[in-house]
Amino acid sequence: MTLPGPPANVRRTRVVIIGAGPAGVTAAATLARHGVTPIVIDEAAKPGGQIYRQPPDGAARPPREIYGFDAAKATRIHGLFKDLQSAAKIDYRSQTLVWNITRNEQRFRLDLLHNGVQATLDADKIILATGAVDRALPFPGWVLPGVFTLGAAQIALKSQGVAIGRRVALIGAGPLLPLLVNQYLAVGIKPVAALDVAPFIAKLRAFGGLAAQPATLLKGAYYTARAAALGCAITSNVRSIRALGDSRVTGLAYATADGKTHEIACDGIAASFGLRSESQLADLAGCRFEFDNASRQWQPLRDRVGRSSVSGVYIAGDGAAIGGADVAELAGEQAALALLDDGGTPTSVERRHTLDRALRRQSRFRRALESAYPFPAHLVANIPDGLIICRCEGITAGQLRDSIARRHPTDVNRLKAFSRLGMGRCQGRMCGHVGAELLAAHAGCGIVEAGRLRAQPPIKPIPLTSALATEVSS
Amino acid sequence: MTAQFKQNQQTHGAALLVRIKPRTSALVRFTIDGRPATAHIGDTILTALLLNQAHVRDFEFGGSQRAGFCLMGACQDCWVRLRSGPRVRACTALIEETMAICTEGRAV
Amino acid sequence: MTLANTCDVAIIGGGTAGCAAAVHLRRAGMQVILVERDRCGGGASGVNFGGVRTQGRNPVELPLAIRSRAIWSTLNELLGEDVEFDATGHLKLARSPADMAELEAYALLAREAGLDLTLIGPNAIRAEVPWLGAAVVGASLAPNDGQANPRLVAPAYARLARRLGVDIREQTSVTAARRTEHGFEIDAASATITSRLLINTAGMGAAAIARLFGEEVPLEAMMPNMVVTEPVPYIATRSIGVCGGDIYIRQIPRGNVIFGGGRGGGDWMDWRSRSSTETTLTNIPKLVDIVPAFRDALIIRSWSGIDGLTPDKLPVIGPSMTTPGLLHAFGFCGSGFQLGPVIGEILAELALKGGSSSPLDAFRIDRFTQPGLAAATA
Repeated sequence: MTLPGPPANVRRTRVVIIGAGPAGVTAAATLARHGVTPIVIDEAAKPGGQIYRQPPDGAARPPREIYGFDAAKATRIHGLFKDLQSAAKIDYRSQTLVWNITRNEQRFRLDLLHNGVQATLDADKIILATGAVDRALPFPGWVLPGVFTLGAAQIALKSQGVAIGRRVALIGAGPLLPLLVNQYLAVGIKPVAALDVAPFIAKLRAFGGLAAQPATLLKGAYYTARAAALGCAITSNVRSIRALGDSRVTGLAYATADGKTHEIACDGIAASFGLRSESQLADLAGCRFEFDNASRQWQPLRDRVGRSSVSGVYIAGDGAAIGGADVAELAGEQAALALLDDGGTPTSVERRHTLDRALRRQSRFRRALESAYPFPAHLVANIPDGLIICRCEGITAGQLRDSIARRHPTDVNRLKAFSRLGMGRCQGRMCGHVGAELLAAHAGCGIVEAGRLRAQPPIKPIPLTSALATEVSS
Repeated sequence: MTAQFKQNQQTHGAALLVRIKPRTSALVRFTIDGRPATAHIGDTILTALLLNQAHVRDFEFGGSQRAGFCLMGACQDCWVRLRSGPRVRACTALIEETMAICTEGRAV
Repeated sequence: MTLANTCDVAIIGGGTAGCAAAVHLRRAGMQVILVERDRCGGGASGVNFGGVRTQGRNPVELPLAIRSRAIWSTLNELLGEDVEFDATGHLKLARSPADMAELEAYALLAREAGLDLTLIGPNAIRAEVPWLGAAVVGASLAPNDGQANPRLVAPAYARLARRLGVDIREQTSVTAARRTEHGFEIDAASATITSRLLINTAGMGAAAIARLFGEEVPLEAMMPNMVVTEPVPYIATRSIGVCGGDIYIRQIPRGNVIFGGGRGGGDWMDWRSRSSTETTLTNIPKLVDIVPAFRDALIIRSWSGIDGLTPDKLPVIGPSMTTPGLLHAFGFCGSGFQLGPVIGEILAELALKGGSSSPLDAFRIDRFTQPGLAAATA
């Protein structure tokens, strides 16, 4: 007996996964296991996302050197993806930017940029696994050559085998700081300063919750202890920082909790303060957002298994809420199972329960981590007027305050309209949250009322030439 | 040290980035604002630039310079122009033989 | 504190026209309440191209546009802030001999209406405007036209109105409005506003307001398609339009290039609008043909907005034909930005004196329901 196939007029459901980091990869593997062949679109040339980013050809090094403790995980994710590719279980589109999503009846239209050429793709269902970027906060000198984010300092090592300097100062408010200190130590560069803007006491208070993930906690403790043992103890509760230099970084001045100020010579600074979800595509797809107080950022609404507020759009990994690579792996699988479930494909109830339990445990850990590294409000409280807030447009805090005082913007989008904050190439990724903080502080509204910058297509710059028919190249 | 190199050092500053171990991949010859420079296969344009000088581009609103920031294609602070016209994001595009990179901006 | 809900003039819609009318009425001593659904200047007044253009308008609009242009010269002083008005001139381009003939014919009409245009032929155009591409065969220059930052103008009027004592109620929707024995009652949020006069400057929402008073205007939602590039070297020192109107371009001294043309999409009933990728990709080759130097620029943002489009592409300006004390100004068909300041003045004249010094016959609201009227002005 042969089973009847689908009627000729029934189109196969097209599932598109955006992002090939840990969430995207496990989502793809889960779909493939259930007979669905997803299209996986990723901006990078190779899968892995930022966390398991692979060096370009010519810059390869052994995984142990690149990923340290996480080499096995990185290798597993890369291997999983490679297997899916070689078995033709996925349709992989690397080096492809999805720059817009629009809803069209029950389907979605994706605008793509690949190889400098425009393309479109229709999708029935989308899993957004778009990852995160460093949360940057402005401080004097932050636009100087030689100042990078912590993520940048790590990518430089992992992907390029270069350090951001010989005398490097690392500044953070999150678990990336001790990790990066160790990664720089491992390549023979001893940071001249490792500064944490979170108070140590907050970490102690959060210890109970952090114990929900003993392995991760131990890893963090190990990094911190090892850094100290190698003469690079992390200074907690740093109150202010200032990059020194004229045309490039030559030093760092900072103030500690005891009121003392310090000045050191350095030729590279990496500073960022946690992560922010890359959620522009969720916004364009029409997903609703909510403000998460603990991480002090807007996140796309989703249910426990990753369904967004828009039917057919699922969100997983750091693009939904900052949780790290392990959470992303679980959440990618969970979102894929939810998608299959919604489409009537039977999935393992047991597996879904297992994922749910694991993610709940992770979520307790995450909450603890957020209280261990609270948002460093003190860094944005006293931003001097002359400081550039919007890197792209060169808009200063003084200009923003002037705009707030004279033009009375009621939310950050109005502030953008009046001041050009966030109107540059990065669409406010680096400054939108700071604009909201300034607005809340000076207009006396809450941070929720200050709102978030709405995404506008294209979410990243696209060349005019991509629309010129004669431009088609390989 | 050639005279040209010395002059580059004075005019454009020493490298911002440091290789943690020598690269064995093939050499790539390219130019920065007309000056010859070298990098290796596998280097991004940003790496190639910042191993030769201390900036990626002139900032268009003021006399300062920028040298990238996020290195993951998010902050858009490292777009440079190729002499042939196209714009490229230095942190995500790889350096290629004979590339002619312009880091010089102009007063708007 | 409870707000007084009684005023001389109630205004529905806080775009440039409504906010400017509020300023002039308040200066004349009126008590004014202005109700805005969202934020003042958040609609078509704030998201348009930013062209301050007289050239190319229907000749019946020219007296208003010329009068408005005079206000633009003094707008910074009036508003007390810089709205980035720059009298760059406006070039309307011919891309064919037929286009050039159209420009020549229009120049004659415009001269009669008091607008002097300079025709630039195929030879002169290369020398005078060297940054234009080979596709351009000639142009007509309106030297006094220009451009301004649309995000600043209506909010500046609104703030001035507030400083003068106008009661501006933002994020307040009107649910009903009716004529009473002595004037009007307007239900706005939880309040009922009582006024002697009512001004309807509600943009795309204005047709629904007019309908409350038995006046039908076949208004179609018009969503433009706007795109902006990263800053590139400043060369396009004049604002650009074309015969056919399918693309318009301007560059600001910071370097960004703004170009529009065609339509975006969305759902005006939800007040949602978005740029259209198809339209953007169609406009790009035209942009590059007209200014080849922009070819390598990156697009960094796009947007749309919602304006009302009438069948004859002319606005409705003037008194209601059914209801004494009601004034309308809407349906600006995507080209109301330049007119905003004068519309405010005209509405104030109509409210205070019962008539305007500007000719308004072509903009009567009943032209759509009274056949013959529209034909006479089209």
